[in-house]
Formats: sequence, C-alpha cells, structure tokens
Amino acid sequence: MAWVTYQHSDGTSDKVDVPVGTSVMRAALANNVPGIVGECGGELMCATCHVYVLTPRGLGPGRSEDEDEMLDFAACPRRPESRLSCQIRMSDQFDGLIVETPEAQN
Amino acid sequence: MAGTLRAQYDIVIVGAGKAGVQTASSLRDEGFAGEILLVGDEASAPYDRPPLSKSFLTGQGSLDDITLHGEGFYESRRIALRTGTGAVGLDRGAGNLVLGDGQAIGYGRLVLATGARARLLPLFGREFGRVVSLRTAADAIVLRKTLPASGRVVVIGGGFIGLEVAAVAARTYGSEVVVVEALPRLMSRSALPASASGALRNLESLGVRVLTGTAIAAVHSGDHRDADGVTTADGDFIPADLIVSGVGAIPNTELAEDAGLPVANGVLVDETLRTADPRVWAIGDCAAFPGAGFPSAGFPSAGGAGRVRPESLQNATDQGRHVARALATGAAEPYRALPWFWSDQGDLRFQSVGLTAGHDRTAVLGDPASGSFSVLAFREGRLLGGDSVNAASDHRALRRLLAAERGRWEAAVTPEACAAPGFALGDLARGLAEPRAAVPRSV
Repeated sequence: MAWVTYQHSDGTSDKVDVPVGTSVMRAALANNVPGIVGECGGELMCATCHVYVLTPRGLGPGRSEDEDEMLDFAACPRRPESRLSCQIRMSDQFDGLIVETPEAQN
Repeated sequence: MAGTLRAQYDIVIVGAGKAGVQTASSLRDEGFAGEILLVGDEASAPYDRPPLSKSFLTGQGSLDDITLHGEGFYESRRIALRTGTGAVGLDRGAGNLVLGDGQAIGYGRLVLATGARARLLPLFGREFGRVVSLRTAADAIVLRKTLPASGRVVVIGGGFIGLEVAAVAARTYGSEVVVVEALPRLMSRSALPASASGALRNLESLGVRVLTGTAIAAVHSGDHRDADGVTTADGDFIPADLIVSGVGAIPNTELAEDAGLPVANGVLVDETLRTADPRVWAIGDCAAFPGAGFPSAGFPSAGGAGRVRPESLQNATDQGRHVARALATGAAEPYRALPWFWSDQGDLRFQSVGLTAGHDRTAVLGDPASGSFSVLAFREGRLLGGDSVNAASDHRALRRLLAAERGRWEAAVTPEACAAPGFALGDLARGLAEPRAAVPRSV
C-alpha cells in the first residue's frame, strides 16, 4: 500500500492508502474522492482524470505521447506537472504522492 | 442493496448502467435537491462495461477494479440505489413503477436507462452448454473461467465484441479461434471498409481464422448437453470447445412498450431525449433518437432523418448528463454530443468519431499496410467522421475538428486536401486550440 493525497481547489484534501498497482484515478473513484471523474474508465479516451502532480516533482514529463496529447482535451489548463491520473499506477516509490485536482473535469 | 424504499421519489431512474448512474450523479452536480431512486437488475454494484471484453477478460483485476464508484458515493449524494431489482411494470397514468419484488414506487419523473441485452441466434433452439454471449459482468466472469480451458473457440459474429473476444482468446489464452460472420466483411455496421480490413489483417496475424460471408446453419451437440461445434450454411463442420455468440444487442424496450410508449428498435425519443410522455425520458442503449441535424455541426445527418441508437460508453455518459440537466433546470436543449467509440483487439486499437453511415467518399491517411492509418468519411465533400486504426493522434485531431465550428476548418479538410502531400491533420487541429487562431488555409 502507498499513500496518495488529493488536494482540492476548495482547500480540502483526501488522503488514501492505495494498493500497489492501482491507478491514482481508480483509487479516487473507489474512495469517493471528489474532483476526479475517469469517464472512460482509464482507457486514454478522455481527459476527465486530470491532476497536477505536486510531489514528487518531475513526474509530469513521464507522460506517454498518447497521454500527452489527450491532456490537450482537459477542461482546465494543462501545466508542466499535468498528468492523467489513470496513467499513474501506484508503486512503493510513489508513497507520499500529492496531486492537486483541477477545478473542473468536464 | 438493502434498505427500505420510499413510496414516492421525485426522479426514478430504471437501469443502473453507465447512463443511469451518470444521470443520478449529474442531477446532484446540477443542484437537483429532490429524492432520487436508481434501480438496476444486475446484482453487482454499477460497473464499467467496456473492460468486460478487454482487460477484464484477459484476467486482469477483479470486479472491484471496474466498479464505477466506491461505497459511500451513492449515500453521500443521496441517491437511493437498489441493485438486483428489475422493473416489471409501468403505470404512466398513476405515475407508478412496479419493481421485481412487487413494490410499487411513485415517480415524479422517470428516466428509462434499461440498456440492451445480447441477441441470441434463433437457431440455438434450446440451451446448450458451452455457448455463451457477453454483455454483463456475470457473463464475463463465466467467459474468463471457461476460456483458459477452451482450446478451440468459434466466435459467431464479426462485430466489436466478437472480435475483442477472438483477439483475447487467441492472444491471451492461445486458443485456436474461428470467427464466422454472415455479412461480406467484419464490423460492417460501425466501421468503414478500410478499417475493417485492418482489423482482419490484425486478427489473422494473431492466428485467428476469419470466415466472412458465412452463415451458421446449426449448432451441433454430440451429447445433447454441450455444444461441440457449428455447421455452416455451406455444410462445413467447425469443431469447438466453446462457442461465443456475438451477434448484436437488442434494446430493452419491453417496459416502455407494455406501457404504451412508441418503440421501434429502441424507445423513441425526441431530440431532447424525451419520450411521447412528458414525464418520461429514455437514454443510452435503449433509446432511439432522431439523427437529423446530428451531430451539432450543421450538416444533414448521415442517412437522412432516421433514428440513431449508438451503443457506446460516450453516448450513455453524454445522454445521462444531458437528461440530468434537463430534469434539474427545465432546459429543453437538443442532444448533440459528438459520438466517439473505441475497440481493442489485441494490440490493435480502433477508434471512431462521428456517424459515417451515408458517406459517399473516403480518404485514407497513412499506409494501411503499416497497420497505422485513418479513414475519413465525407458526404458531398463535407467530413462526417472517421476511423483510426492504431492512429490515436488522428483520432484526437478528428475529435477536435468535429467539435469545433466548421467554418474554422472545413475548407482545409476535403478529400482532395487529404490526398495532397504535406497534409497534416494534427496541425490543423492544433491550430484550433487557440480561440483567436487564424482560420486554417486550404492546403
């Protein structure tokens, strides 16, 4: 298990213990965390699980080309640290991950 | 889910698939404060259907991994969820819905999101073992258990679900797979011919034998319990340890029909998704809506004013959101969301956007022999949509174009322009990203 913190635009946050191998998107849905929609189920067909990765730094550039292009469909502006959370699978090395959810996903 | 239901709800949603769940969820997003009941006949908590014939079938993950929302979601949104309970009767005069357990529930307004069920071939006649179809999580669990021990698999029907299963059976489980399709080509309902050829080449590379233009005459059973093969109309016998029937879906319209609502391959709705009864809406796989003026781009619908009933996740989601807005705000806007769809067949990803039926011309981008290409469909020179085969960038560019105002790009995307050297769909789409960007010039 590894901890992920979801920080929301209203100042609140959710901290979730996520099984290794589970995506940050799926963990949000399973734990009723607001701010992440995951409309296509993690299939890189939409951009409704957009997050900004605050910690660790440098996770943004780890995007695939597909993910990178799909981020252009996000409802909120993309930033260098933007990711689709369905593409971040939890591993021990990401324990303590902090993501910020955008104001809107649709 | 247990718990006592009220006698009356402001909004009752029948069907707890993606369309129904989206409606309930979006009602709260839209600020609707009334009581909501969501009922569904499947036992499991509402889940995502596309993975059933894709990742889930390969053995990855459990039902939890494809469950739409975790515990607490429905409660926190004050959505009463009753699973494992179908609706068996509708009295529109009294405003009552009768559930499978006999309970009558009053509704203020009703949303039918009853989905579709797998069509069964009439030739089965009776129930054989080792003949399965794939529509629900329960079906997928059976198939996932059966496939590893099925050395020879016959797939009846060359549509998306059949081909996804064929690819998984061949690639993940190493089965010998034969696909039998009655029509002259694969995916004839929803894919353009060139992309169907791409899918055929991909399946053949996985060792799948594909017989098009071949009807099934009979399912054969040696011991009168389990099927052990099929006989084609040409008289050929194809032995099988497992027969997967993938011959399409039938919309679940009985509830509406019995209540006197107009039905024709779907519950008939107007362009706001409302049925003939002003208190009843229908959405998702069960609803047939007018294709005229659809999608929004302002061209006549492919195929004229006929009704369309796209069976897709996108359609279920967007229609759920649309009807929720109508119910919460009273808005009576026409539904005009851009249709898109995808299918995974082994390493092949097929993606389509728009409704291409009724096209009179196509243009190919990329080299089909390379396995990565797109086909654009036009009618009277105007782009209707297109398919992409292992060309996700093209697919995304097409979605951006078709979602944007036509005047900004249409002159640059014609069959002639596509054929010209240096044509770059991605550049045109990126040019639309900036609202003030210049109109792309004709190439």
